Amino acid sequence: MMKRDEMLKVLARHRTDEIVVAVYKAAQDWIHIAPSDLNYTFTGAMGQGSSHALGLALGRPDKRVVVLDGDGSLLMNLGSLVTIANAAPKNFVHCVCENGTYETNGAVPIPTHSGFTFTGLAREAGYANTYTFDNLEDWDRNLDTLLKEDGPILVDLKVEPGEDYPENFPRLYSTEHRDRFRKVLAES
Amino acid sequence: MAGDNDADRLKARDLIREIKRAGIRFIVALPDRTTSENVLKAMIKDPDFQVVQVCKEDEGVSICSGLYAAGHRSLLLMQYTGLLDSINAVRGVAVQGKNPVCMMVGMLQKEPGVPPTESKRYGLRIIEPILDAMQIEHHNIEAPGTEDKVVPAVERAYAELMPVAMLIGREPV
Repeated sequence: MMKRDEMLKVLARHRTDEIVVAVYKAAQDWIHIAPSDLNYTFTGAMGQGSSHALGLALGRPDKRVVVLDGDGSLLMNLGSLVTIANAAPKNFVHCVCENGTYETNGAVPIPTHSGFTFTGLAREAGYANTYTFDNLEDWDRNLDTLLKEDGPILVDLKVEPGEDYPENFPRLYSTEHRDRFRKVLAES
Repeated sequence: MAGDNDADRLKARDLIREIKRAGIRFIVALPDRTTSENVLKAMIKDPDFQVVQVCKEDEGVSICSGLYAAGHRSLLLMQYTGLLDSINAVRGVAVQGKNPVCMMVGMLQKEPGVPPTESKRYGLRIIEPILDAMQIEHHNIEAPGTEDKVVPAVERAYAELMPVAMLIGREPV
């Protein structure tokens, strides 16, 4: 199991010019750990991160898009796995921060008693490849390769809460930041 | 009363022409019985369009928003039942997120020539009041010539950063 903030710090070290779409707790941490105009946190409703990211990936096939999804969030939009696999964007890296709970909404466990895996769901949906990481060393060692691989790829990241960063929902959903993202992306 | 002759019906080719004139190249869609046969299938074959098929309509609201952030115009094609199913995404992503999500909504089984609010079908009667409550601009497109509403509706959505709903009242021929 990785501390989420430590996992994100590794990603921040490897990031070059990727768009990063982040939701909920990962987004709250990410905007502190890796501030950037190419952070897209304006997802507006739970479960929608992967779909926003698909729009970005299709609209800018020259840019790699990394999604920091949540397990509860992805369960709310499981059909997006099939949609993404069907659209088959090569520039799409779908990371699922699997902490086993709806952490933002009171840390109630997600319904996983059936024993499914997100990597299994993604493979069945038709993703090009999947990975699972539960320790920082493997995550760090494989990240450069993974970020260059043809997608769509799903990466299951086994995480637990780390350092507690202050929540800032107005920043996450700020249309001013979205407009800045749009401008910077157009120029990049 | 609307006629049954094809001459009295909205033409799919005219609707598609206006969608292109609005600068739309990405179509995000779930099949809708009002538009599947003559609009969506034609778009899938048309090299001017890239069609993204989704599993559920709320995905489409967000895909269109991602495409907007990436600098593209898009159209979400769906049935009115899909609009009802997507209300929270339309609320949070499109309205509060100020994303110009352009929705073309098939009004399945609406009586020809009858305003949606006067339909015998409950699901159709509530569409415009819901859009009004959400402060979403909407337009009825059904008779020949009403396809002219598409370009100004799309232009206004992108200028004002707000969603718009274009309600297709009868299957185009």
